[in-house]
Amino acid sequence: MIHWHSFSDFIAMGGYGFYVWGSFGATVLIMAIEPIVVARNRKTTIARLKRQLRAETRNTAE
Amino acid sequence: MKDRFNLYRFASPATFYPFAGALIPYFVAVSILFGLAGLWLGMLVAPTDFQQGEGYRIIFIHVPASWMSMFIYLVMAGWAAIGLAFNTRLSGMMAQALAPTGALMAFLSLLTGALWGKPMWGAWWVWDARLTSELILLFLYIGYMALTAAIDDARRADKAGGLLLLVGVVNIPIIYFSVKWWNTLHQGSSVNLAKSSMATTMLWGMLLMAMCFWMYSIAIALMRVRTIMLERERHTDWVKAELLGKAGDEK
Repeated sequence: MIHWHSFSDFIAMGGYGFYVWGSFGATVLIMAIEPIVVARNRKTTIARLKRQLRAETRNTAE
Repeated sequence: MKDRFNLYRFASPATFYPFAGALIPYFVAVSILFGLAGLWLGMLVAPTDFQQGEGYRIIFIHVPASWMSMFIYLVMAGWAAIGLAFNTRLSGMMAQALAPTGALMAFLSLLTGALWGKPMWGAWWVWDARLTSELILLFLYIGYMALTAAIDDARRADKAGGLLLLVGVVNIPIIYFSVKWWNTLHQGSSVNLAKSSMATTMLWGMLLMAMCFWMYSIAIALMRVRTIMLERERHTDWVKAELLGKAGDEK
């Protein structure tokens, strides 16, 4: 069922290793980095909005 | 009276926000499952291509990324049309949440295409109709993001960006049919409703990977739209409650 005879066969990709793994590597990298960037952006946005909200409520209370 | 399911309820950010948050983990899980199944079929089980050897395996990300780059643009243009016609708040936020992911998919499509073109055609890049129109799609995404970022007022940014999206939608059929309309170096489509030129395991590997990319895009867009909602609706009571209460515990 498995197409490959050995692990080194799998890595070599019939001589196309650089192109195939380069494509998959770039995709994995982007799909790993994008959620991290989005999550970090969410964290900083929430922190900033909370700061602004606290400043606003303090001003109206005075 | 019986409480009917009302689609319009979800058009309100206050109801959509928690709904989107609850959906994200499911889309992530399903995306991972589709991805593992697709990689297993595509990378381990699918046979060698008789013309392109093992190099053809780039198809398992190249085609899903290309499909998503076009599909995300169509969804954004759809949101833009709804936003311009009905002046709904949610549509602009959705379009903005999708744009960076669409741009990344277009970029991945071009990059994996270059990595495929080099060994098969002997060139990283050619000014072929398919490649050029996909490059224009990437520029449209970047243009949309730059334009909306340059306009301070969010509603005006949505309108200007929406117009750009609607004008640019003409590019999508050009990309899609380019291999038919012009004599291109790019190969024709491998998937055909009547008869596919691919082995069954190849085809299923590719479809599973496409589902993985699809679910990934939905998950990441929902993540992004939630932050945009908080930002844009910061003066409303529900965001204030969210910021003072639940959002405090959230990571």
